[in-house]
Amino acid sequence: MRTTPFYDRTSVLNKSGLWEHWAGYLNAKQYHFSEKQEYFAVRNSAGVYDTSPLYKYRIYGQDAEKFLSGVLARDVTKCRSGNAQYTIWCDDNGFVIEDGMLFRPSESEFMLTAAEPNLAYFQSLIGRASVQIDDVSQEIASLAVQGPRSQTILSAIASEVGELRPFGLIETKFGGVPVSVSRTGFTGDLGYELWVDAADALDVWDTLFDAGEGHGLAPFGETALIMTRIEAGLLLIGADFGSSRYAWTDGARSTPVELGLGWMFRDLENDQRSFIGRDAIQRDLDGAARRRLVGLTLDWEAWDATYKGMGHVPPKDHTPLLDEIPLFDKKGNRAGFATSFMYSPVMQNHIAIAQVDPEFVALGSEIDYEVTIDHELHYIKSVVTKMPFYDPPQRTET
Amino acid sequence: MTPQGEYDAIVIGGGHNGLINGAYLAKAGFRTLILERRDVLGGAAITEELHPGFQFTTFSYALSQFRPQIVHELQLVKYGFMPLLMESQLTPMENGDYLLLGQDEQENITEIRRHSKHDADAFEQFSYDVARVVEAIRPLLDSIPPDITSSDPEELMRMAALAQHVRSLPPRVVHNGMRLLTGSISDFLDDYFESEILKASIAAAGIIGSKVGPKSQGSGLVMLYMSIGEHDGDQGAWAFHKGGNGGLMQVLARAAEGHGAEIATGTSVSHVITNNGVATGVALDDGRELKSNVVVSSLDPRRTFLQLVEPRELPTELVDSVNRMRFQGTSAKVNFALDGLPHFPALADRGEEPFRGFLNVGPTIDYLERAFDDAKYGWYSQHPYLDACVQSTIDRDMAPPGKHVMSNFVQYAPYELKDGDWDTERENLGDTVQTTLERFFPGFGELVLHREVVTPLDIERTTGLTEGNIYGGEFLAPQMFFFRPAPGWNQYRTPISGYYQCGSGTHPGGCVMGAPARLAASQVIGDRKQKS
Repeated sequence: MRTTPFYDRTSVLNKSGLWEHWAGYLNAKQYHFSEKQEYFAVRNSAGVYDTSPLYKYRIYGQDAEKFLSGVLARDVTKCRSGNAQYTIWCDDNGFVIEDGMLFRPSESEFMLTAAEPNLAYFQSLIGRASVQIDDVSQEIASLAVQGPRSQTILSAIASEVGELRPFGLIETKFGGVPVSVSRTGFTGDLGYELWVDAADALDVWDTLFDAGEGHGLAPFGETALIMTRIEAGLLLIGADFGSSRYAWTDGARSTPVELGLGWMFRDLENDQRSFIGRDAIQRDLDGAARRRLVGLTLDWEAWDATYKGMGHVPPKDHTPLLDEIPLFDKKGNRAGFATSFMYSPVMQNHIAIAQVDPEFVALGSEIDYEVTIDHELHYIKSVVTKMPFYDPPQRTET
Repeated sequence: MTPQGEYDAIVIGGGHNGLINGAYLAKAGFRTLILERRDVLGGAAITEELHPGFQFTTFSYALSQFRPQIVHELQLVKYGFMPLLMESQLTPMENGDYLLLGQDEQENITEIRRHSKHDADAFEQFSYDVARVVEAIRPLLDSIPPDITSSDPEELMRMAALAQHVRSLPPRVVHNGMRLLTGSISDFLDDYFESEILKASIAAAGIIGSKVGPKSQGSGLVMLYMSIGEHDGDQGAWAFHKGGNGGLMQVLARAAEGHGAEIATGTSVSHVITNNGVATGVALDDGRELKSNVVVSSLDPRRTFLQLVEPRELPTELVDSVNRMRFQGTSAKVNFALDGLPHFPALADRGEEPFRGFLNVGPTIDYLERAFDDAKYGWYSQHPYLDACVQSTIDRDMAPPGKHVMSNFVQYAPYELKDGDWDTERENLGDTVQTTLERFFPGFGELVLHREVVTPLDIERTTGLTEGNIYGGEFLAPQMFFFRPAPGWNQYRTPISGYYQCGSGTHPGGCVMGAPARLAASQVIGDRKQKS
C-alpha cells in the first residue's frame, strides 16, 4: 500500500498501529490509544488530518469555467477567484455521482477534489472546449488543520491566513515554501486546508508543528474525522450515499434534494446554465424527491430506559456506525433510514444523519430508530433536529 | 444585580448545588433568586487566574459523578457544557517504574501483565464486579431516599421498593456491595490482586476527602463513591470541564439565568427569617430583608441548621445529630503554575500523553496507610498521597502555550493540627508536597513559577465548608442515605415549613454531582403543588 508524502511523520506519530486504506494509501485510523482525545483536540484546540489521498484534478484553459458550468451542478460562476466552493456532479437523471471541493486560485484555473477517481468521466465531457484536466493527486499533498486554535497557529506562520473568510483561498509561504491555504474542512469547526507540492510536504508539516507547539496541535485519524463530520452534518460517499455511476438500481441512488443539497439551487430560475441533470433536479425541487435528508437526535430517556429495561448499562459509544439503520413511524411503518450514527460527546446525545419520507422533514417530527439488544429488536424515539448538530460560532466568524 | 421585591424561592449559596437547584426552580416557574456571599460563583468549584495567564482550579478539580439527567433537563449543552476526557492514570513507583492505565483495554492488560500476569484477568473481574455494584447503587443517586422514621404509607412504599430492588440483585452483587460499603478497600483488593502497584493505584480512590486509611473500614465506601460516575457512559471515567469546574459553574449560571433565575453575588445572608415555624424570607448581612415563602440552603448541615436558623427552633434530636455529624476535613490542595511539563524519566519518550489524566502519587498501600498514620496523630503527612493533574494538557486555555498548570489534591492534612496551626504550617505543607513531587518527577522544583497552598482551614474560610470537609460532611456509612444529614431529615425538608436543604450534606452527598440540588428541587416543587 502506498504512503503519503507525510508518512515519515505520521508513521512515527501513529502509536496505535491502526491504519485504514483510502484511495490506495495508508490512512491513519487513529494515532493515539484514545481516539476521543484526537476528537477533543479538534473540538477544543486543533487537529491535523492528512488528506493527501484525495483525488485532485487541475482544470484549466480558457473554457474552464464554461466547462465546469455544464458539468458541475452547483453554479461555478458564483465561485470567484480566491475562493472555494462545495459542489456536486450529477447524472442525466439528476442522481448524484459525487461531491467535492472546487478551488479557484485564478479566473481560468480550478482544482477539484474527490474521494474517488473521476478523470475519465470529466475528460469524456470536454468535447471541443479549450480545457485541460490534469490529475495532480500525487503532486499535491494536503493537510486539514481544524479546530478553534487553527487560526492562531496558522496566523503565526503566515499572518494573512487570519484574514481568510469561510471558503476563502490564498497563496502564501510557510518559511519560503509556497502553500495554498483555504478556509475549508470536514469537521464543522474553524479550520483550514493546506495544499503543497508533495516535495515540500515534510517542511510544511514541520513548520506547522513548530507553530503548534504548546497549542495542543495533534494529528487525528479517520475515526475522529468521521465523528466531527457527523456532528457537522456533512455527507460521506459510501456511507450516506453512493455514486450513481456504479449503482445497480435507482433505489441505491440519491438526488441532491434527497441529500439535503437543494439549497445549491435556490436561484435556479435566474441560472441560465445548461448543466447535467438540470431538468431532473428541477422536477425534484418541484416535489418529486422521494425522501429528505434530516438530522436525528435520539431521545436520551428512551435510550436509557430501553437499555436499562433489558438489564444493560446504556452504551454511549462515540465510534461512528455507518450502517443503514431502518426508521419507523409510530404505527410501525417504514419512515426512512439512518446512514451515520454516533454518540456525540459535545451534544451529549446520540445523533444520526438520516433520509426520511418527506412528511417527516419538519423539525421536531418523531421517528423511531431501531436497535438490537440481546438479539431482539427495539425501537427508540428520535426527533428531527437542525443540522449541523454542532455549529460553534468560530466556524463562520471573520 | 440588586435583588428586590418578593420571590417565590430564594436559594442560599451559589455553588454548583445552589445554581442547579435555582435553575430547576426557575424552570418550574418559580421567581427564583440565588444569593452568593462571594463575588465569584461556584463555591468550592471555581477557576481563578492566580498568576497571569494561568488558570487555577483552587479547590475542586475534576468531574465524574455529575448527573447526566441535569445536562439534559437544564439543556446545559446549549449553555456551553463541555466535559473533556481525562484519559489515563499514571502511578509512579519508588524504583522509577510505573503503572499507566489508559483508554485501550488491550494496552492496559499488557501494562498490568508487566507487573503481574495473574492480575490481568483479575483486573477485568474486579472492574466487572465493581461495575455491577455501581449499577445497583446508581438508581439510589437519582431518587429521594426513604424516611425510616416515618410510618407514612408513601414512605413504607419507598422502603418496600428499596427492599425489592435489593432482592432483585444477584447475591454476589449484594455481597460485594456490602463488603464495599462497610469494609476496607485494602481487604477488597486483596481478594483480587497480587500486584502492589495495581492495588495502590486503586486504593487511593478509597481515601479521597476522608479521614480513613486504605486499611480502615469505610474506605471501600469512598472508593465506590469515586467509581460511581461516568464520562459519556464510560463508568468510573473522569473528565475535566472546559475552563475547569469554574467553567462548569459559568455554564450553570447561564443555564439558571436562561431558565429565569436571578443571581446576586457579593450578597451575604445573615439568617433565614421565620414566623411560627414557617420561613418567610432571608435577612442579609447589610440589613436588607427579602421575602420568599421558599428558602433553600445549599450550605452544609452545620450552617443550614445551626447558623442560618436558630437551633432553638429545631427539635433537639436534630440539633444533636447535626452537632455529632463528622466533618474533620483532611485534604489540602497545592496548585502550581509550571514553566514546562514535569519530567518522568521512564516515560520521557512518550511526550505529553502520560500526563493527560491523573498522576497518582501513592505507590503502595503501606505508603498510603503511613500517610494516614501522620493524620491520626494530628499532623499532616510527611510523605503525602497526591492526586495530581496537569490540566493544561487537556484544556489549552488553562495556561499560556508551552506552560502548564498542575493541581495537586493532597492527603492527609487534618483540619485540627495537634501542635501547630495552619497559618504557620501552610508553606511548610507546600514544601512537603513539592519535595514529594521532586522525588517522582526529578527537576520539578525548577519548573515552579507560582504556588498556591490551600489548607483545610483555607477551604473553610473561603467556601464556608465546615472544617474544610470537601463533601459537606464525611462519607461514612452512618452519615449516608437514611442518615444524611440526620435521620428523619434526609428528604431535603427541614422542621421549618418552607425551608429546605440542597447541599452536599444531603443525600447522595458531595462531589460535583448536582443530585442533591435536583432531588431537593423536585421536593420543593412537589410540596408547592400540593399547597396550591
